[in-house]
This record gives sequence, structure tokens and C-alpha cells, in this order.
Amino acid sequence: MTTGTQDTRSASWRLDHSAAGDSFVHRRDPRLRILLGVGFALVVVSLHRLPLLLLGLGLALGLALLLNQPLRGLPLFRTLFFMPVVFPMSLVAVVWVLLYAPGEAGPVNAFLGWLSLGSWSPRDFLHEPAWALPAIMLTSIWQGVGFQMVILLAGLQAIPAERYESAAIDGAGGWGRFLHVTLPGLRNTLIFVVVITSILAFRLFDQVRIMTQGGPGEASTTVIYAAVRAAFERQQVARGAAMTVVFFLIVLAVTLLQRRLLRQEREGR
Amino acid sequence: MRGAARSLRIAVRYTLLLAAAALMLAPVAIMVAGAFKPDALVLPEAGTLRGLFPERVTASNFADVLARTRFGLFLSNSLLVNTAIVALGLVVNSLAGYALARLRWRGRGVILAGVLALLVIPFEAIAVPLFWQVTLLGWRDTYLVQILPFTANAFAIYLFYTFFLELPRELEEAARVDGAGPWRTYLAVVVPNVRPAFASVAVLTFLTQWGAFLWPLMVTSGPAVRPLPVAIATFFTQPPLQWGDILAFGVMMVAPILVLFLLFQGWFVRGVAASGIKG
Repeated sequence: MTTGTQDTRSASWRLDHSAAGDSFVHRRDPRLRILLGVGFALVVVSLHRLPLLLLGLGLALGLALLLNQPLRGLPLFRTLFFMPVVFPMSLVAVVWVLLYAPGEAGPVNAFLGWLSLGSWSPRDFLHEPAWALPAIMLTSIWQGVGFQMVILLAGLQAIPAERYESAAIDGAGGWGRFLHVTLPGLRNTLIFVVVITSILAFRLFDQVRIMTQGGPGEASTTVIYAAVRAAFERQQVARGAAMTVVFFLIVLAVTLLQRRLLRQEREGR
Repeated sequence: MRGAARSLRIAVRYTLLLAAAALMLAPVAIMVAGAFKPDALVLPEAGTLRGLFPERVTASNFADVLARTRFGLFLSNSLLVNTAIVALGLVVNSLAGYALARLRWRGRGVILAGVLALLVIPFEAIAVPLFWQVTLLGWRDTYLVQILPFTANAFAIYLFYTFFLELPRELEEAARVDGAGPWRTYLAVVVPNVRPAFASVAVLTFLTQWGAFLWPLMVTSGPAVRPLPVAIATFFTQPPLQWGDILAFGVMMVAPILVLFLLFQGWFVRGVAASGIKG
């Protein structure tokens, strides 16, 4: 962490030279405590994203299940669902700013109005504190659902057909087969997808920078956005570096949790 | 009766698939339609179905983009950086994976443990210190700074390593008996047998790097070496806000990779699926 005592100029974020000394070394510095507090708060705040993460995962699983059927034309659908994955996130973010346009003309507002038979009152998604982050995450789900879907589909296809057959002999219906064959067989893949998706949620940067600049207020500020902003806009490279350390610890915790869950299963067999 | 239930189930599935496809396709359709419309019509018509079928198709947005920005430069910057990352990455990472899987040398265990540990560290976690480091080296605003940090990649090394481990040793031994040296053995016997690994790594590297935004934003200050993802964000914030132009930029930016995807989609999908199985 040699960066801890240095500041740098960034061209893109236009900074001026500033005094060094904003670092880890000053342990009693109240700012460090504030920082750790901020880190903790960010973790707590991120729990609110869980429902949306699960929504994305549910969609990906639903699509994977639909595609794991003997139906005609499935490769075409697979191609369609996967297509957004090849779109650069910055382009996706720009396009979704248009989709979230306020007023009845905004495509998302228009769609929700149509869906609710006209009872939806148009929102300014990206400028309302309660909507900004969910809006960003929905954009991310649109871009990433195909990625998760392909991984889940590979997991589904790795489940031996005999297990379904013996479940059918035991008299299990569609739902029973899903609960007792599909879900257990998909356990490791699901854990993997949950882990990479939750890490991605902390990494969010491109969308935040382009769509909301972390706002309104700090409603859509993610750990990495806060870190980069601290380092380049407020000329506090040390604080930025420290925030990325907090970010890394979060990622490490999530990964260790994943390893533990996977090990449990291996021992369970 | 059973036949009726069956066809009902199939109908439900197709309905769900079509609804999902419409939702997934809508943003793309709005983007493409908007790119061919006069600027003033893009936003008012974006939320309407009729807006997807413009009455008057114009290519003037594309001409505007070429006039207002240095699109060709951004495109060639992106192509150069990504080709270099993928090509160098394939060489470096496959050789590293091979050394870890097959050769016996001191410190192999430590390096392997190091590679596994590095798998956990996302790029964002080191971006700020790395930025400071390349600033000291005076590497900002170069192609090098956009390429070098992304060539050696722990995940790619690990993927190659697992593929090489699964390769039967007899293949290499047979080549050696035939008098092939280590390089010949590697190039003529080993590499052709792990083509899927090369394809997966190439696709995954390309997918993650083509959209790279944070790092190029940090290290490029002007258009000279700026890649497309940063260029469109800059263009987006540059007044006057003309949606037609912005969407035309987007279409031009995504068209090449979309063509690549449609041509090689099997590789794309398999590459991503491999990341799930191996990771």
C-alpha cells in the first residue's frame, strides 16, 4: 500500500496537487474510523440489493430451465438472451439513460403504464433516491442475465438424465423433480453464480458513473465508485486505496463463504 | 386429453420465451431505430411501438458522428488494444499454465498457490494503486498501459492449467520419442489438443476487455489512445445532447462485435460456460 501517502494527478478527473498525509499510518486519525464506518455502512446498504440480485438470478434460472427443453427454435432464443452480454457496459448505460427518460414518453415509464393499464405515474428513475440504484441494477441484470443463464444451462445439462428417470419412477411430478433433482444437482453452479453476481454488484462502476454519478445524494454510490471518486475527484488517493482494500475484504469474505459452502457439500456426500 | 395438456404446456413455454425475447430485444430495437431517426424524434417516440418503425429513415446521424468525433481513431484504438491483450495473453498464460501443469521446478507449488490466490482479487481492488504506479512510470496515455496489466491473467493461467492436467501424458511422450524438442512438442502436439481452452480464454478475455471502462477512463486524458467505451461516455456528456447521434455511435460501436458474436456464437457460449465449470 505504498500509495497510502501519495497523491497523483489524473488527467481524466482533473486534479490539482494536494498535500500528502492522508494514509493508513495515522491509526488514531478519526478519518480512519469514519472510513471503516463507511465501509461497514456500505455493506449494510448493499443488503438492500439482495432482492434485485435474486430477481436477476431467478430470471436467469427461469430462462435456463426454458432453454433446457426439447423445443424447436431454442438456439435462436439462446442467442437473443445472450446477445446483451457482448454489449459494452458503457454503451448499455447510455442507452438505458434514454430508456429511463422521465415523463410518459420514457420507454420504461411507457411500458409500465401499458402494463398497469395506465395507473402507473411516470417517474424520473435516475433522479429519485429510491429508484436510482434499482434502476442501475435492472440495467445490469439486462446485460448480465444471458451470462448467468449460459452458466446455469451448462450446470443443468451436467445433471445425469438417470436421476430424472428414477425420480419419475418414484412418482415425482414436475415440481418434485425440480426440488429433488434439479436444485440439488445445480447447487454448486447456483452458489458460483450468486457469488460472482454479488461481487459484480460491489464492482459496479461504469453504470454508476454514466447514469447517475452516484446520486442523487449518495443513493447509488457503490464501493468502487466511492473509491475512484475519492482518489480522483477529491484528490484523496489514500482514502481511495483504503476503500478498495475494504472492497477486497468484502470480496474475500464472499469467496471464503463460497469455498465453505462447496466444501460442506463435498463432506456431506 | 394428455395431448391437449402437452400442447398447452408447449404453448405456455413459447409464450414465456417470446415475452422474454421481446423484453431483451426492446432496448436494442430502440437503439437501432433511434440511430436512423432525426434527433428531435428519438426521445418523443422512444416509448411508442410506432417509434420502432421510423417513417423517414436517415443516415445523417452516422455522418454527424464521423464529423463530430474521431470515431475511426477510437475504433482502431480499441481494436489494437484488444487484439494485443488477447494475443499476448494467449501466449503468456498458456505457457504459464503448461509450466505449472507439466514441468518440475523449484517454487512451482508457491507460484501455483499464488495464481490461485490471485483468482480472488478483482481488478478494481488494485486499480487505484496500479494507477499510481503507472503514473510514476510515466505510462499514462499510452497503448502499453492499457495492454500490459491485462496480459498475464490468473484465471486464464488456471484455465489452461486444468486443461493441460487433463491431457494424457502419452501424447507428449510419443512426440518426444519421435525426436521433437520441447517447443515442437508444445506447438505441434499440446496446443492443438487444447484448442477449446484457447478459444475460451480468447473469448472471455475479449468480452471483458472490449467493454473495459474504468481503467481507460483513468489512464487516458485525450482522444489519442482512447478506446470506444470511454469515447461514447465522453460523447454522451458533450453538448449538444443529440440522441440520434449518440445512438448512431452506439450502433457503430457494437456492430463489429455483434457480427463476431453471430459468426462465432458457439465459441462465445462455450467460453462462458467453461468459466462456470472450471471456476
